[in-house]
Amino acid sequence: MIRAMTGGGLRLETNKERSTAAPLRAASVPAEVILPLDQHAGTAARPLVKVGDAVLLGQPIAEPTSDISAWVHSPVSGSVIAVEPRPVAYHAASSPCIVIRNDFADRRDNANTAVDYASMSPAQLSDHIARGGIVGLGGATFPTASKLSQAVAQPDLHLLLNGAECEPWISCDDMLMRERAADIVFGAHVLMHALGTVSCTIAVEDDVPQAIASLRAAAAQVQPHIRIATLPDVYPAGGERQLILAVTDREVPAGRLPSDIGILCQNVGTAAAVARWIRDGEPLITRIVTITGSGVREPANLETRLGTPIASLIADCGGYTTDDRRLIMGGSMMGLAFSDDRLPIVKGSNCVIVPSPSDLHPRSAEMPCIRCGNCSEVCPAWLLPQQLHWQAQAHDVAALESFGLMDCIECGCCDYVCPSQIPLTQRFREAKVPVQAELLARSEAHLSRQRYEARGERLVRIENEQRARLEQKRREITGRKSPP
Amino acid sequence: MTAAPHTVAPANTVGRVMRQVLYALLPAICLHIIFFGPGLVIQILLGVTAAVAAESLALRLRGQPVQKFLMDGSAAITAVLIALCLPPLAPWWLIVSGTAFAILVAKHLYGGLGSNPFNPAMVGYAVLLVSFPAQLTRWLPPDISGLQTVAFSLPETLHTIFTGSLPTSLQWDAVTSPTPLNALRTGVAMGQTLQEATAQPIFGMLGGRGWDWINVALLAGGVWLLSQRLIRWHTPVAMLAGLTIPAAIMSAVDPGSYPGPMFHLTAGASMLGAFFIATDPVTSATSDRGKLIYGAGIGVITYVIRSWGGYPDGIAFAVLLMNLSAPLIDRFTVPRIYGHSR
Ligand code: SF4
Ligand code: SF4
Repeated sequence: MIRAMTGGGLRLETNKERSTAAPLRAASVPAEVILPLDQHAGTAARPLVKVGDAVLLGQPIAEPTSDISAWVHSPVSGSVIAVEPRPVAYHAASSPCIVIRNDFADRRDNANTAVDYASMSPAQLSDHIARGGIVGLGGATFPTASKLSQAVAQPDLHLLLNGAECEPWISCDDMLMRERAADIVFGAHVLMHALGTVSCTIAVEDDVPQAIASLRAAAAQVQPHIRIATLPDVYPAGGERQLILAVTDREVPAGRLPSDIGILCQNVGTAAAVARWIRDGEPLITRIVTITGSGVREPANLETRLGTPIASLIADCGGYTTDDRRLIMGGSMMGLAFSDDRLPIVKGSNCVIVPSPSDLHPRSAEMPCIRCGNCSEVCPAWLLPQQLHWQAQAHDVAALESFGLMDCIECGCCDYVCPSQIPLTQRFREAKVPVQAELLARSEAHLSRQRYEARGERLVRIENEQRARLEQKRREITGRKSPP
Repeated sequence: MTAAPHTVAPANTVGRVMRQVLYALLPAICLHIIFFGPGLVIQILLGVTAAVAAESLALRLRGQPVQKFLMDGSAAITAVLIALCLPPLAPWWLIVSGTAFAILVAKHLYGGLGSNPFNPAMVGYAVLLVSFPAQLTRWLPPDISGLQTVAFSLPETLHTIFTGSLPTSLQWDAVTSPTPLNALRTGVAMGQTLQEATAQPIFGMLGGRGWDWINVALLAGGVWLLSQRLIRWHTPVAMLAGLTIPAAIMSAVDPGSYPGPMFHLTAGASMLGAFFIATDPVTSATSDRGKLIYGAGIGVITYVIRSWGGYPDGIAFAVLLMNLSAPLIDRFTVPRIYGHSR
């Protein structure tokens, strides 16, 4: 059974148990860490260190450059050996990176201390969260403080923590919820304080009973109460907009943010990172990474220092089983394929799959669309992928826009069920470029029209003022000429 | 490097979809052979051969990879559907020309698999129906409890199909029998009441004998397709409702002239149309709501043609008319997108 519910989505065969058999453990710490400055959404951070500088564990080494940007901290103590572009796993281009040689002394930066969040104002707390370098750990890496400040003006906010890890191979959040539920609950309280709300739900899929039990136990011990909601394990239940609909029965209007309907979504991993920063004074310098697939000997979840090369994690998991070096960063449905295992783990790296041929069913030869409708049945955005496909082939930008191409979340469900083996998601990704350009051009045209109209109004106003002044002068003059 | 998603559903190909449809037709094909003799087997073999030849020719002319498309099975389905609509003793050139026309004109002239606006099998059948009406009425009575005066052996069947004439000892008038839909239509046209017209031995409890069971087998095949999630329920349910509701109303108003829903459901190509023809994804409406309208349209038009039109069964024309309307239906039934008000 592959199709699941009327609202779209798929029931996928899960492969999580492969990486959840072994308990969470720490990855080996590498001799060198590579820290990209643009590993978060928004603008790249600006380096605060230069080659040769000594750095401490947890020391800030790059600062944010805009409202949507993030601090970067050193995950080891040692010295900076390079500040230069390096290849990364999250896009094809290179990224500016700070490379640090580890002295294995783990000398801590004592400026990082625990804080009493309850005594802080929401704004102070949000600023402090920003200083911890905390970004969304579900994969989107949106700076957490930026998200908080976008939402904070809204009354009656509801905090929704996303523990619905729907990608079939990823289990880092499952392990986190099982083993560190208290961190998540603590982080949830910090975030609630930062938002000035007392209402919070943690949403989890119903196929992780141990995680649910741990969360329930942890949440029961503290006030205010946190609701644990379970969802059917349908992909992509963890998509932000899909999750909000499933938990609150409300849709986020197109082009708006969840906070516009009073909801703030954060990943459970992010909440745990917030807890460690506030409670323990440890900025975001580690994350849990799932290493899995038949291509690696002992799949596991490893607590990893950021900047650790992927090869080091594979070695921690007993090494490769094959010579095939095909890797996937993220899940099998939405992840990125790459082959260089020297690339570093970053804040958004939740999973590395080392697939063997038996793990995945690759697409076979593409056939024409037979309009079977499988794709529209599973689309969680309720689109008609078969129509978008025709329109993309015809480069019909207007139709693509009106049929909701920009609402496509690129989940891959349509590809998965297509008997004609059409790489629909890839086509949609490509087709978004001209549609985006068109939308941009239109909004610019709109802006410049507004500007033009504003200028017109200004000119009219100036002219009116001048005329009024002239009029006044004339009256003054005439007044003088002909006194009453 | 491949792009996400890196995995797709296993064993899910166009070829598999088409094969499943063929499997779903098997029970009905078996019953058809039991009731009407081995003619259908020969018709299917002729049709599939013609379909494969026409498909290869068209693909070659269009410069398409023959091997890849030939194996998708869609041409075979077209042939089998036409064969199921033709009388089992119809001359060989009927199925061959009908199938070839379906594949060459209705399918490939419009761009091949996935691009044809009209259901190729129904185009092929309709062309034959319009061009050779006499041949298409030469049905045998079903071979049940002595309805059939002569049982055709395989050699006799082959002889009839390939020469177009009966073995010397027989006359068409003596061996053929109108289909139940046709008999009813002629009877009512001659001023008989429904009860008089259906008093003939070819009518059974539900509708026409033999035909009722074939329709039940097709229903079973259709339900299996539903359970395999190869078709959606919307089109068949809407089509059967579109046929049943007017039948129920008319038979209540004038029970002397109009047969009830049960007769319509189990007569002619009702179930074949509902589950195997109207559900052709390429030529039907896209959205669920669209499929409801599309299916209902086929049902109602079928009823109208059967009751007041010039042909005993109306499925083919109903399907073609709704094929024509599908793009329009699609235009007005675009589903609401997540987060959009309408
Ligand atoms: S699933 Fe594939 S073949 Fe079916 S309608 Fe969608 S795009 Fe066409
Ligand atoms: S990739 Fe886009 S079109 Fe395809 S199912 Fe997901 S949201 Fe729908």
